[in-house]
Amino acid sequence: MAETLLSVEHLSTIFELPGRTPFSASHELKAVNDVSFELAAGETLGIVGESGCGKSTLGRSILRLIEPTEGRIVWQGHNLRDLSPRDMRKARRDLSIIFQDPIASLDPRMTVADIIAEPLRVSNPELSRKERRERVQTVMEEVGLAPEMANRYPHEFSGGQAQRIGIARAIVTEPKLIVCDEPVSALDVSIQAQIVSLLKRLKERLGLTLIFISHDLSVVRLVSDRILVLYLGRIVEIGPRREVFANPVHPYTQALLSAAPIPDPKIARQRGRIVIEGDPPSPVNPPSGCVFRTRCPIAREACAGTVPPLDPVAPDHRAACLFAEEAMQMAQPGSPSEAQPSR
Amino acid sequence: MRDAPLLALKDYAITFATPDGTVQAVNGLDLSVQPGEVLAVVGESGSGKSQTFNGVFGLLARNATTSGEARLEGRNLLDLSPRELDQIRGRDMAMVFQDPMTALNPAMKIRKQLAETLTVHRGLSRREANAESLAIMKRVGIPEAERRIEQYPHQLSGGMRQRVVIAMALLCRPKLIVADEPTTALDVTIQAQILDLFRDLIAETGTALILITHDLGVVAGVADRVAVMYAGRIVESAEADALFSRPAMPYTAALMRSIPRPDQDVEAVEPIPGRPPDLIRPPTGCPFHPRCRFVEDRCRRERPPLAEVAPGRQAACWFPFIDETAGTETAPEAAHG
Amino acid sequence: MTLYAGKREALEDAFLDRDMPRGKPRSLTRDAMRRLRANKAAVVSLFVLAFIVLAAIFAPFFIPYDYETPDWSAFRAPPSLESGHYFGTDQNGRDLLARTLYGTRISLTVAIIATTVSVVVGVLYGATSGFLGGRIDQAMMRFVDVMYALPYILFVILLMVMFGRNVFLLFAAIGLLEWLTMARIVRGQTLSLKEREFIEAARASGVATFPIILRHIVPNLVGPVVIYATLTVPEIVITESFLSYLGFGVQEPLTSLGTLIAEGTDVLEVMPWLLLFPGAVLVSLLLSLAFIGDGLRDAFDPKDR
Repeated sequence: MAETLLSVEHLSTIFELPGRTPFSASHELKAVNDVSFELAAGETLGIVGESGCGKSTLGRSILRLIEPTEGRIVWQGHNLRDLSPRDMRKARRDLSIIFQDPIASLDPRMTVADIIAEPLRVSNPELSRKERRERVQTVMEEVGLAPEMANRYPHEFSGGQAQRIGIARAIVTEPKLIVCDEPVSALDVSIQAQIVSLLKRLKERLGLTLIFISHDLSVVRLVSDRILVLYLGRIVEIGPRREVFANPVHPYTQALLSAAPIPDPKIARQRGRIVIEGDPPSPVNPPSGCVFRTRCPIAREACAGTVPPLDPVAPDHRAACLFAEEAMQMAQPGSPSEAQPSR
Repeated sequence: MRDAPLLALKDYAITFATPDGTVQAVNGLDLSVQPGEVLAVVGESGSGKSQTFNGVFGLLARNATTSGEARLEGRNLLDLSPRELDQIRGRDMAMVFQDPMTALNPAMKIRKQLAETLTVHRGLSRREANAESLAIMKRVGIPEAERRIEQYPHQLSGGMRQRVVIAMALLCRPKLIVADEPTTALDVTIQAQILDLFRDLIAETGTALILITHDLGVVAGVADRVAVMYAGRIVESAEADALFSRPAMPYTAALMRSIPRPDQDVEAVEPIPGRPPDLIRPPTGCPFHPRCRFVEDRCRRERPPLAEVAPGRQAACWFPFIDETAGTETAPEAAHG
Repeated sequence: MTLYAGKREALEDAFLDRDMPRGKPRSLTRDAMRRLRANKAAVVSLFVLAFIVLAAIFAPFFIPYDYETPDWSAFRAPPSLESGHYFGTDQNGRDLLARTLYGTRISLTVAIIATTVSVVVGVLYGATSGFLGGRIDQAMMRFVDVMYALPYILFVILLMVMFGRNVFLLFAAIGLLEWLTMARIVRGQTLSLKEREFIEAARASGVATFPIILRHIVPNLVGPVVIYATLTVPEIVITESFLSYLGFGVQEPLTSLGTLIAEGTDVLEVMPWLLLFPGAVLVSLLLSLAFIGDGLRDAFDPKDR
């Protein structure tokens, strides 16, 4: 059993929005609401959800790039939230992030070499310039870039290349955990495949633990060991990848999976769909009780009363639905939730 | 028996004059769409898929030059004056964009925008136009249509705005709708709703739909036929079922092998090496050859034309996987190991 | 259709992306300079400015006259080529060309020093205030607002009265008041810069606040700061001229463009050349700086990307 590297406990990130007039009360936006999970070393946790579910905020809250409001982040034995700013900066040596917009995440006035070297300068000030330069060359080779690119500027590169630079920067300090925030969403389809494959390979070679945030279920299925489904800031389902895709429990997960387009016309024609109508509710004014009840096909009165707890429905597989057994009966034939033999 | 095509592009080309050189965005395209058909045009950025139809609708930037023919029901749209094109746009053919706000006026109520199309193109009275606008809002599935129609675009969500734009496109009962990445910016569950809507509407009205997208999953769910574009050309064209089960052109096959699927557990995908070609200095011969696993000498020297490889199927490749005219068929792995 | 992770070779190839960008490394500054070179008005102005500056520095060595020695043989002489007084002389027989050159030197020195002070103070203050945000930012900006509200000229005059008419004090006074607008501009830019992802990336790498400001924010302020500094210089020259015109500027026999213009205006009808030449130099200086500033603004405009 691999050791638990990260334990997130009841994490909430609440934003206060000013009221519409200086005199009206401010609103609370619970972007992340009571999220708890554990991450084992070497594991990849895929966090999925649609826009507004809080997945990006969650990723940044774990790294304290956005300060969470409540909860604990237990990393290597201590609670990250207890660390002083100085100690937190030191801790960042083992924590990295890869951003969605590759070119925007690179300082346009710095050369590639300087950008990649910066985390190294902070975490290993004892290194000489030569040693730093060598390390930068090594990681550039590792991500497939040519060393001659080192003295170029970010805007001279394509999106895919810029993301490789971002990845190089993320691995230069040999981190233990990398949060990948939609790392391929802004890239062309054929480049997505390159970058995702690169990330998988790096993960294996360097023994990385990843938190992979994406709205694209196909990509998540490819890279993740476990899946966490978010809706309006709350976890609605969490479990091993195969389990969650083969037997999704929560109605939202089922709807999500059944809506994901499948590149095969025969399957596409046959599949049933779990239709959810309408738009997600506003996170400022979430529904009481179960946040999904306003769009859930099996919602009933009880759902408005209590927030459903994240209860086990199978070994290591939990869902937050008061009527989980009934939900499990809903799985439609031909949807991705029907177990396909891996080829 | 095939009827006369609704839209026929022949030898269609678009070039852009830029300070860095002339960009050959679309190069000798031949395409036809039958009435009532759903054609998906698939390609990545730089393939020319959007520009092709921007050109047909007269929406290109000023430094663009078009050549060839683009015939809608026989009339060459490229020959028309802007005024004549204006009349056809919106009435006989309509376009839906990725960003609904390109078509919606943020300062005008929805009702006014919908009604305007009707009064201008179909000469309806204000009362009739308002009534029909409301009806179509309901038809595209906008809840509380009476309330929503009085709102401004920013008060609606992205998905609802897209529905409004689709409603606008349908108002004049066009024969052809071109939708350019209409769901790319939307959440997956909303995307599913919009695609359902498209399917229902097409079935009901018999409008032809050209769906431009990079997402093969979306294609599989909606299209009758598929045209794959690369570097400004069509490199493969076939019925959807045939294309997905047996692609003829290496690019199509490689593309399919490089995308992960939500319904299958796989160890890895096979990315296509390299990058899409520079359209100012395109490679000689077949534009895909620098990235093709099955490249041969001929591919580097001569550009393969789009030729028929089986009934109803075309591919632009010297060594397609399927070639019924030559009586050969190869599986991707077997060809040129 | 099989998806497989077999062919080792194919994957290796796909891992690489070694397409080098074309040409030489192009930093944003280089791009901007390229765009600036294409702007004809700016280029011409650069030459004019360079000419004036070089003349002010070197020409005095080539002129037989200096700015204070009277030429007893030529009082109130109009400009003439034979007499050697190309710009003429003033009431005291001092050569106007020499005086104009020295005056330009003084005006430019004041402008450069004042601009440098205002840039350094303004950038540090504005970037810190904008980046720290919150109450500190509010407090710092309120201070700026208060300073703004003070009657500027009155303040300078007070300084002059208290400490005497020292040229260096003049530089300092002007510089210390110009930084206010620079601070505001820099703060505004910083507010938008700090939301950008590469700043978040720096924080995620463990860089502390002040190093972020120095290494990431300040270099990215180059565009607006250079533009504003270039547009500030004319303002400073005018202010200095104005103060000198009022009698608060440089002391006799040292002179500045402003002083010369002030003196020239008095005798405009009788000795027009005393106003004409210094005035022409001042106008050329200001115009060329304005064109250069405009050109820089266009060159650095991010919309061009």
